[in-house]
This record gives sequence, C-alpha cells and structure tokens, in this order.
Amino acid sequence: MDDEKYTDINGKPITLDYQRHSSFCTEFIVSSPKVSIGTVMVATSFVWIFAYAVFCLTDNTAVLSSAIIITLIGMMLYIHFVKIDHESLLVIGSLGIQLSSSYASGREHTSFIEMSKIKDIVINEAIYMHQIIYYLCILLRDPADASAVSSVVPLFPSSKPRLNCLVKVYKTCQEIISKC
Amino acid sequence: MVLKVFFPQCCNRAASGLLVGRWLPGRDTAVVLAVIHYPFIPSTVKQYLQKVQAQSQVPVEVLGSWSMPSEKQEGLDSFLRDLRTIFPQGRWLQVSREVGKTGFSCQLLPLALGEGGGGVGGFGASCPHGGGMEGGLNYFEMSHWQSEGREASIHGGADEAGLHPALPAAGLGGWAPSHAVSVVSAVLSYRLCPLRKANVLVSVLLDVFLGLLFISWLYREQRLARLASALMPAADRVSKELQELLQWLMGAPAGLKMNRALDQVLGRFFLYHIHLWISYLRLLAPFLEVILWYGGLSAALGLTFALSLLSDMLALLTFHIYCFYVYGARLYCMKLYGLCSLWRLFRGRKWNVLRQRVDSCCYDLDQLFIGTLLFTILLFLLPTTALYYLVFTMLRLMVVALQGMLHLSVDLINSFPVFALGLRVFTPYRLAEGVKFRVLSDEPGTALHLLMEMNALGFGSVVQTYRTPTYSCYPPDSWGALLRKLFVGELVFPWKRKTTKTD
Repeated sequence: MDDEKYTDINGKPITLDYQRHSSFCTEFIVSSPKVSIGTVMVATSFVWIFAYAVFCLTDNTAVLSSAIIITLIGMMLYIHFVKIDHESLLVIGSLGIQLSSSYASGREHTSFIEMSKIKDIVINEAIYMHQIIYYLCILLRDPADASAVSSVVPLFPSSKPRLNCLVKVYKTCQEIISKC
Repeated sequence: MVLKVFFPQCCNRAASGLLVGRWLPGRDTAVVLAVIHYPFIPSTVKQYLQKVQAQSQVPVEVLGSWSMPSEKQEGLDSFLRDLRTIFPQGRWLQVSREVGKTGFSCQLLPLALGEGGGGVGGFGASCPHGGGMEGGLNYFEMSHWQSEGREASIHGGADEAGLHPALPAAGLGGWAPSHAVSVVSAVLSYRLCPLRKANVLVSVLLDVFLGLLFISWLYREQRLARLASALMPAADRVSKELQELLQWLMGAPAGLKMNRALDQVLGRFFLYHIHLWISYLRLLAPFLEVILWYGGLSAALGLTFALSLLSDMLALLTFHIYCFYVYGARLYCMKLYGLCSLWRLFRGRKWNVLRQRVDSCCYDLDQLFIGTLLFTILLFLLPTTALYYLVFTMLRLMVVALQGMLHLSVDLINSFPVFALGLRVFTPYRLAEGVKFRVLSDEPGTALHLLMEMNALGFGSVVQTYRTPTYSCYPPDSWGALLRKLFVGELVFPWKRKTTKTD
C-alpha cells in the first residue's frame, strides 16, 4: 500500500503490493509492466513486412499464411510461457513460504517451501551479465548437515526489483521468521 | 507458539458436534478428521473410536467441539461444555463459526486435572446405550474428510494464539491413512509402482493400436505392391549415384588434383564392390514383395516393431556404404599412423611401447633413407585417401542419422508416459507435487483462514518423472570424442552398448 516508486534493475517501473493478513502472515505481490501495444504492433508488422518481401520474391502464398500462423502461435506461446504478469510471496509464520508467479495468460505456477526446510532469507549479490545486482533468496537447509545450506531459491526471479524494494520485503520476512 | 488446526472442507458446513482427529506430536498441530454430529451417544462414539484405532493403528482421539449454531438446536452450548467431562483430554479445542461468515474462532482449553470422565447421561439420544452394540455408525452421523468423495481441499482457521493452515485429506481410501497426515506432507500421489505398470501397459496398447492403423493404411490400394516394385529402382538409383560419385572422385573433384594411380586403384575397387552389391540385390528382387508383406504384418505387434524392422532393412540395404566407410577409414587410419611414426623418425625419435612414451633413438643411415622415402610417398598420397575417407564418412553419417531418427521415434513411443499424462489432465489432484495456500479470511477478530489445495505437478515434470526407462543403446561417445575419432580415422560404432566385450 505504499506509493513509493520502485523500479527493476533495468529501470522499468514495477509495483509492490503489500498485504498484512495477520501478525504471522504477509503477502507481497510484485507486478511487472504489462506488454505494451506498441511493441506488439512493431513486432507483428516487422514479421509481416518480411513475409511480404519473401512473397514478392518467390510468389508463393504459403509464405503469407505461414507468417500469420507463426505470429499467432508465437504470441500465444509468449503470453502463456514467457511473459510474467506478477510474482507473489506469501509468508506464513511457522508453516512456510509460498512463491507464485502468474503469467500473462492467467497461468499460475506455485511452489511451497516448508518452514523446517528454510534456513534463512537473505539479500545476496550476483554478477548478472555486466552488472552486479542484489537479489532476495531463501537458503534451504541441508537435511544431512544442519548448519550447511543445500540450495538457494531466488525470489522474484523475473521482476528483479531493486534494493529498496528488497529491503522492505526482507525486513518483514525476517520479523515473521524470527518469531517462530 | 502458533497453534495450527487442520480442518476438512466438508466439515465446514457440518452441524455442531464433536471434533475427532489427532494431535501431531510436538508441533502444536491438530488434524481434524471428522465431525460427529449432535446428537450421539458418547459410549458408542468411544467404542467406535477404539475400533477404528485398532484397525488402522492411527491414534485417533477426540479433539474438541465444533459449533455452528442454528435455530433448531437448543441446549447445545451446555451439551458442548459437558462434553469436556465425558471425553477427558489434555487439551480441548473449541471451534465455532457463525452461519454466513467465513471466519472461525478457535479456543484451546487445557483440561484441569481432577475432572475425570463421568458416566453417560441421557442427552436425548434416540438409542439406548449398552454393552455389545457394534456398528456405531448406525447410531450417529458424522462428516469426515472423505465425505465429498475425493480429497477435498480443507479450510483452516487461525486465532490470536496462532495459525491454522488446512491440510488436504491425504491418502486414498481408508478411513485413516497409513501415511500419517503431517503438516504439509500432502504430496499426495498414487503409489509409484502401479502407475509405472499402468504406463507400460497403456504404451504397449497404444503401440499396437498405431501399428494396426499403419497396417490398415499400408495394405490398402496395393500400396505394398507399389512399394515393393519401387524399391528395386530406388536401390539401383542409389548405386548409380554412388558410381557417378566415384567417377567424379577419379577425375579432378572440386578442382583438386589427385594422384592418378592411387585414384584409379581405389575407384576401380569401389566400383567393383558396387557392381557386386547390385547383383546381390537383383538376386533378392523377386522375393522382395513377399518379404515386405510379412514384414508389414509384423506391425500388428506394434508400430515400434515395424519401425525397428525398417531401421534394420535400411541398414541391410546400405551395407555397401558401411563397407566403403570401413575400407576408407582403415586406409586413412593406417596412413596417418605410418605418417606419425615416420615423422618421429625424421626427428630422431621413436615410440617406446614399454614405457608408452616417445624416446630418442639412433637410426642407421639406410633406415633413415627408407624412412624418408616412405614418408614422402605417404604424405603425397594423403589428400587422395583423405578425400575418399571424407566422402564415405559423410555417407555413413547420413545413414546413421536416418537410423538414429527411427530409433529415437521407437524410444519415444516406448517411454512416453501416456497414462500419467491422462491422469494429470483428468484428475490432477492425484499427481501432486505439493500444496498451495490462499488466504480466505483475515478478519481481525477471528482466526486467519487459509485454503490449502493440492498443487498439481506440471506437465513437464510428469513426463520427466514417469518416463518408462528403455533399454535403447545411446551413442557412447560425446561430440568431442566423436570428432576426435573421425579425425584420426578410428571406426565409429554408434550403437555399441557399454559392455565388457573385447573387440
């Protein structure tokens, strides 16, 4: 419910929605910017102009129909598998943490991690291409060795918010986790 | 400490009564498995619980009371309070809900010591109690977690003291699941073994069905006869193309100048080989249709059968290409080996077989002279041999690629988990990889309500987890090793299994 402006690592604006359901349960929803109609139109016209050029060269109408089909299928695949609309994090004290990402077509992918498997939530640094970014991650406990970390689960992997957003999420999560 | 209560969704609308379930040890978690409606006879309830406990070895006990007050029931509050004296428990859970609201309110009451279980009084129960009454179900109603037929999602509630997530009823069948309902262990899945068997069976059936479809397509309209009569000319054409290729190599291929004598020798050798092969095929020609007819019938055993047969037939028909590849590879390999050895002679070194390393060596003059001669001969003959080797290796790789595609499709038909995918599409709650939560009600006065649902496995994970393992032999070499072998001239066996056979 904050109006502070958050951006992701590339500078695009994102929104953070924060709901506190109880003293033990909070939910964070990070929404990415939607697909803009301008990009869609540019991409589609690029493909169709190219197909028309090939048609003028080869005089084969199958090129045009295949271009249309490719565009449609490509867009369907993009919104169903690639474009993430929002990612949410539901922290329930003494039960676990649920990560969920929902795609532009409405599909949701959820995973739940039990509290007993979670060692800690930390903000870590990573080298990402040519930059160093901060990301929030969950450290999972190794079942064999209590003090070792078996794996790392990054949070908000596609929205990639910046540090100010991460710090806010981090503080609230630490409050809940440290209580139980 | 946070208190969690797991509550079946069907019991959400149950009439007031007794909560029956179990406490999970050490976690302050209660799992409600059933609600026994008012009115009931406490002694029959106790007998029933004992019977259930004996049958299933799950410590089922009375957890507390559930009240959803409606207008018809009077005296309910006092009844519910008195229940505590009848069922002595360490902790008593009181859950209540208003009609029309989603929020629950829960309270946990410790039982004071000294209150023993009293006798059974008359609560307006319709049946007299007494000894030896079996079949307790006849005497009271209850809603339990499987009332809705399958695993229903469950509500949970949380109160000021803590949080109650819900637990979906885990386990299939049976009143009390043997793998206990633990906090989020609702990885409810079919036991793995019968699913794999079902997968194999369905794959085989699908295979046979596809094979029969293939047969019905092939044996119609004389397709098979046409195929058989087209096969001989096709083989002839392949041989003719090969002959033309060899003639091209014997000339000046791609502008390269070959060594004339060696070229002629190799070219004539390979041409003779092709001539032999064509004669062999011509011998086979009259029997071809019969062979194809019976071969096609084998598809009744499954499409994979027909595809494997096709792969074998392809290997037989292109046997001459395989032979050429072997000849070319051996020649090239020997030439390279000779060249390496003579190069070492040039530099005054020798390969020490005992020590597996290169040592310096003192050669005689005549050894050096002959060595140099041979070196130059081999070096100048290298392009010719290398070109023949290259051409035949390309041909062999093309045939191997075709065979590989056939093998891959056979493998795909065999290992694809059709049954598991069907389950995933029609009954996704059976193949679950976890649970997911959704907040239902977070009103400040009541407990926090979460809805817990089965999180079905994704399609990709279904295919990966339930793939039937097949015994196909994949190429044992990696790409790097393959390239190295090709460069050196070592023979490449794409379908060799990793056994301890010696060559």
